Amino acid sequence: MDKFLQIENAEMVFDTKKGKFIALTNVNLSVAQGEFISLIGHSGCGKSTLLNLVAGLLDPSSGVLLLSDREIKGPGPDRAVVFQNHSLLPWLSCFGNVYLAVEKVFGGKEAKKQLKARTQAALELVGLAHAMHKLPSEISGGMKQRVGIARALAMEPKVLLMDEPFGALDALTRAGLQDELMRIVTETQATVLMVTHDVDEAVLLSDRIVMMTNGPSATIGEVLAVDLPRPRDRLALADDPRYHQLRGRVLEFLYQRQMKRAA
Amino acid sequence: MSAVTINEGSLQDIMNQSETAPVTPIETVSKPRPTPLLQTERGKALIEAMGKALRAALPPLIGIFLFILLWQIVSASGGEHGLPGPAKTWASAQQLFADPFYDNGPNDKGIGWNILHSLYRVGVGFGLAALAGIPLGFMIGRFKFLSGMTAPIISLLRPVSPLAWLPIGLYVFKETEPASLWVIFISSIWPIILNTAAGVARVPQDYLNVARVLNLSEWKVFTKILFPSVLPHLMTGIRLSIGVAWLVIVAAEMLTGGTGLGFWVWDEWNNLNVEHIIIAIFIVGIVGLLLEQGLILLAKRFNYE
Repeated sequence: MDKFLQIENAEMVFDTKKGKFIALTNVNLSVAQGEFISLIGHSGCGKSTLLNLVAGLLDPSSGVLLLSDREIKGPGPDRAVVFQNHSLLPWLSCFGNVYLAVEKVFGGKEAKKQLKARTQAALELVGLAHAMHKLPSEISGGMKQRVGIARALAMEPKVLLMDEPFGALDALTRAGLQDELMRIVTETQATVLMVTHDVDEAVLLSDRIVMMTNGPSATIGEVLAVDLPRPRDRLALADDPRYHQLRGRVLEFLYQRQMKRAA
Repeated sequence: MSAVTINEGSLQDIMNQSETAPVTPIETVSKPRPTPLLQTERGKALIEAMGKALRAALPPLIGIFLFILLWQIVSASGGEHGLPGPAKTWASAQQLFADPFYDNGPNDKGIGWNILHSLYRVGVGFGLAALAGIPLGFMIGRFKFLSGMTAPIISLLRPVSPLAWLPIGLYVFKETEPASLWVIFISSIWPIILNTAAGVARVPQDYLNVARVLNLSEWKVFTKILFPSVLPHLMTGIRLSIGVAWLVIVAAEMLTGGTGLGFWVWDEWNNLNVEHIIIAIFIVGIVGLLLEQGLILLAKRFNYE
């Protein structure tokens, strides 16, 4: 398999007031170009930590992370992040938020007109051309998250990192955005690493689901290949026995083998 | 939906009527009469809004009335040598503001000039404080080391009464004008520094993560993230600073003399013109209120949430 993103023996230890806290240990994962990977596990299992390691927002205590055979050192626009709480700058319009990213990535080699066209294209891709000049406070939560996705995609990253991108949205909005994400990923052939705690979301969107054991000292417990044909349709899948089988495997992992004891 | 349509229709009628009625008064009789304004939806809303405004204005009006009454009682109970009452003060104020900008030499200027002089000093002293305090606040907020370095000095100097700085100013500058500016400067710089620093320290980590993922340059981080994020805090600092400066200027001018509201108060005390002193208190209060409200209005402009 083509190793586009490689995580080798990654370990993450945090210094806390109560001493060392081993969040992740012995994490090994290879991701191929164009693959859609979901990280799933109970809260506190270190899935966001793993995402932040790939983003470069955290440095691993030991182990190596490679992207296209180059070691990941610090954050960079080749690994765009869609944050859970959208993290749009409230004083910039939707256009301004996306433009800030576009300008940073392409500003050195393209004219202003092209930068603006890129920004507009990214917003059109997520269906927000009409709300371009609105401030984040003037649009809904789902629209904000779309702007966050547009900002990330506009950077043409090697990997798109999504940290529970739809976690804060209501079920209907979430379903709509999932469908849209599927369309966009097909169009752009993006490589995606997404943290989620929604089993249906993981099965619907992913090529592989990485299931993580409970922390502390969390690691990858099992990787499940989702071999459902694309394009996938959520209504058709509802009657598909293969879908239910995959869903059952994830649920079994989460609720039997990694049952979280009530504190 | 239908309510809106009816509403618009009747509004249209009202507008048509008011436009055509004066020109062709006879025709309006034959036309079906449109609903009177106050019976339409919009009219009722208007009555309701007026009622609300009245209810909101009533408590302050009663408060002001009782205050004036109390003032009247106090002044009346003093007899011949009591405080001037509201009516006497009002008459004096009318006289005073009839010619606010006369100039009869250095110690006898109109009230307008005195207000402007005080405002000018507050402006310059505060401006210098902002010029020094804002960058300092940003640096203290951004660098922990600098924050640790300056914390003991700021904690020590901040509670010092503003007028205690006046002799230092007089000694260093040898003149009253820069000395009073110095007092404004030193007393209004602390809220600016502290609020700016607190604002910088409280920039949401999410925004800084965005900056890190984008690899933004320090300059972009400052202009696109730090500065806009700190601006509301900065505005609070500015509001507090100007508030302090306005408090201090009157006291400082009492001591330094020459021009300004503070000097005027002291001068009128020497003339035993108590009405003017009371008027001065109102002026100081009203100008302070206007400054504060203006800055609150300005701060609203920079609130994005």
